[in-house]
Amino acid sequence: MTLLTVRDLTVDFASGARAVDGLELDLAAGSVLGVVGESGSGKSVTSLAIMGLLRDAHVTGEVRFDGQQLTGLGGRALRRLRGDRIAMIFQDPLSCLNPYYPVGFQIAEAYRAHRRAGRREGHRVAVRMLDRVGIPEPERRARAYPHEFSGGMRQRVMIAMALCLEPDLLIADEPTTALDVTVQAQILELLRELREQSGTAIMLITHDMGVVAGLADEVVVMYGGRAVERGPVREVFYRPRDTYTKGLLACVPRVDGPLPDRLPTLSTPEVTA
Amino acid sequence: MILYVLRRLAATALILLVICAATFAIFYLMPADPAQGACGKACSPERIAEIRTTLGLNHSVVVQFRDYLVGIVAGRTYGTGAQAVHCPAPCLGFSFQTDQPVWLMLTDRLPVSISIALGAAVLWLLVGVTAGVISALRRGSLWDRAAMTAALGGVSLPVYFTALVLQYLLVVKLGLLPYPQAIPLTADPVGWVQSMVMPWITLAMLYAGIYARITRGEMLDSLGQNYVRTARAKGLPEPTVLRRHALRPALMPIVTIFGMDLGALLGGALITESVFGLPGVGKLAADAINSADQPVILGVTLFAAAFVVIANVAVDLVYALLDPRVRAVG
Amino acid sequence: MNAPLLEAHDLVKRFPVRHGLTRRLAGHVRAVDGVSLRVDAGETLGLVGESGCGKSTVARLLTRLIEPTSGTISVAGRELTTMDEPLPRPVRRDLQMIFQDPFSSLNPRQTVRQILTAPYRYQGLTPDEPVEDLLVRVGLRPEHAARYPHEFSGGQAQRIGIARALALRPKLVVCDEPVSALDVSVQAQILNLLKDLQQEYGLAYVFIAHDLGAVRQISTRVAVMYLGTVVETADRDTLYGSAAHPYTHALLSAVPLPDPDAERARERIVLRGDLPSPLTPPSGCPFRTRCPRAADRCATERPALSPIAPGHEVACHYPEPLTEQMSVPLSESSAEERTS
Repeated sequence: MTLLTVRDLTVDFASGARAVDGLELDLAAGSVLGVVGESGSGKSVTSLAIMGLLRDAHVTGEVRFDGQQLTGLGGRALRRLRGDRIAMIFQDPLSCLNPYYPVGFQIAEAYRAHRRAGRREGHRVAVRMLDRVGIPEPERRARAYPHEFSGGMRQRVMIAMALCLEPDLLIADEPTTALDVTVQAQILELLRELREQSGTAIMLITHDMGVVAGLADEVVVMYGGRAVERGPVREVFYRPRDTYTKGLLACVPRVDGPLPDRLPTLSTPEVTA
Repeated sequence: MILYVLRRLAATALILLVICAATFAIFYLMPADPAQGACGKACSPERIAEIRTTLGLNHSVVVQFRDYLVGIVAGRTYGTGAQAVHCPAPCLGFSFQTDQPVWLMLTDRLPVSISIALGAAVLWLLVGVTAGVISALRRGSLWDRAAMTAALGGVSLPVYFTALVLQYLLVVKLGLLPYPQAIPLTADPVGWVQSMVMPWITLAMLYAGIYARITRGEMLDSLGQNYVRTARAKGLPEPTVLRRHALRPALMPIVTIFGMDLGALLGGALITESVFGLPGVGKLAADAINSADQPVILGVTLFAAAFVVIANVAVDLVYALLDPRVRAVG
Repeated sequence: MNAPLLEAHDLVKRFPVRHGLTRRLAGHVRAVDGVSLRVDAGETLGLVGESGCGKSTVARLLTRLIEPTSGTISVAGRELTTMDEPLPRPVRRDLQMIFQDPFSSLNPRQTVRQILTAPYRYQGLTPDEPVEDLLVRVGLRPEHAARYPHEFSGGQAQRIGIARALALRPKLVVCDEPVSALDVSVQAQILNLLKDLQQEYGLAYVFIAHDLGAVRQISTRVAVMYLGTVVETADRDTLYGSAAHPYTHALLSAVPLPDPDAERARERIVLRGDLPSPLTPPSGCPFRTRCPRAADRCATERPALSPIAPGHEVACHYPEPLTEQMSVPLSESSAEERTS
């Protein structure tokens, strides 16, 4: 069953720049869609457009979530979906958490915004979620502030916050880019586990082909605001058709396999942000 | 946290001592003779010499400073025998022109200054912060531009001008208010408000403009923060997003400057008090300067400086309370 | 054997941590804790590790942007750290640096021409080649000389940074995360450029990065750092093929492979917990708190960096080469499909 359908999505910024240009996406319930591209490809703007979080931008086209048209939906109705049925995590977990409130409060806040729950129940949910994402001593850590956590632990907090209402869709925008490689492995492992347990569909936005290879069922490759290639992950990785996809796969220096003397480079002009 | 508070307080005591010494040194180096000032215009050399002895001016500066400090802690007696005057602790000096200890003169005037400062503060915080928040939320709108222009006007108008215009309009022309008088709040609340409302408006016009501009800038900054985006992505209602995640961080810098401004004002609003003829600490300073009453000038200076320093510490402590990151370092 | 181009012996850098109004000393962060390195002419030493491991501090120590707390650095047999005066000009000339953020390391008020002739001015030399030629060598166009840094993309700005480092024809360039701020396609171009320039000028590099793929692509030898120390060093193929330190294993197995079948089939070593604070490092082996192989001995005795094979040194009480099952060859199916 299709959970999310995007048709002819176009985003124009007030500055006149077109960030997304007629994008089409399909995401089945419970599956993982990898959206890959370099900076300026429009992948992050797409996610914000789906969430209705873009400011000073003109969004046209169709976004359907679980049969419901999201574009043009009133602020109130969209707000009810956000956090509850579509949740989001971002690249830099430190700046995404409010430094003035304990993390437990910030998790409970998400829960309480959608369920009629008191402070105490919110706190209980927060502690349970912290435990679930692998934070030791969750009862104590719920009262700690974001700056008292390491980068990996902060991203776990963000994930706990995103998943506390068991959303149907989690949009993860470069969830591991700001993290060290061993911590990245921990977070990817966690996302894999949580997905198996909860059946939450994930839209995984990243520039890292390796991250997509390990997690995604379907892949969309974006360039210049458009999807240049889409398909099942093995199709796209082993039989890429588009030259940009081929280039993107080949130009990443790898830790395994044969070592080329020179890396193949893309002939496309550099995208300046 | 307790250790942090104690360390801050110890540091404050040290700073106050340094200010005391610096102020004392400046007054010692000034050419004016305190004995001459205390005695008045027509004064015989013998009388001046006598006063010099009474005031202890024939001692070295170090001894004088020591006596002054001891006076603050334990009180002191000027002169000997029948002419002796006692100045009880905390003795910030004795005004021979008015025959009063400076401390008494200050505490006498303080309620007026506090009335002016607190009332004005409430007014400018309400007006300034509200205007700043609305401007930030409607950036570029007609309201924003109008409010920011008005703020600029408020900041640039000299206080004495605002005060005089207000007094002329409200008292002389329209007769809406009586001439301001020092009326204690407890004695006559209505009269108190009537007397205070013009000084409040005068000061609030100056500060509200500054606060509106700062609030607007801080609010725009926090609205652009990633955690505001997170709050929206969580599906929080917009008013909650604004209040909890945008306004609270934006108010942090306001706390700092508010503490400083209030501290400075409690030490006397010199011009405002003088224009409206209200006997606050500022008016006391102005009068003392006019009559070259040196002990009073020194006392007021120390008193005002102490308010600023204490306000500074209060701000830091409040900040530590409000910002978990500062708390951790302390 | 003649003296290595650059040799660092037992470098230590401690940063004081101070608290409060009185700035009382609360302790030291041991950013670099006894690092020895050598770089021969024309080779590339890759220095890899996660954030906080001290690799960037090593870069700044090697180029003498900061003074070591103890230890020695010699360039071509001349010891630098004993000299009190600033780095002598000829040595400064031989040692250049490329930074991570190309924009913040270029003066925005200067034209590219001014930026590229500055090294000569500081050295009191006249340029040996026109700025235009230098630009062409790094893949830019001669007319770029008149432009300002903000007119360039990230990759182009990094090329300008490289040109500046090359202007004085150094023998050694220390590259501190030179590609990590760039998009993958641009990274590949810069890595290729660095390799080309190395062949053309016989340069040696110290290439510092957290990206193990980029380090493998460019390095001849690799040193892995953890919490201020080098835990393993070997030539490139040994390190990526049969590393013996458990941390190196964890690093390598954590890198996601752009190959769905291999990536999903591999046995991953996921480290527990976070990096310990460099303010209070663990006793004994710095890695023991996260090490799957840790034993009692590791808590009391700090393993020294010692050879287990020629040119392969490991700081571990229980070194063990990567087993077949842990290593990550291309999976059969993917190799098959790729050729099809």
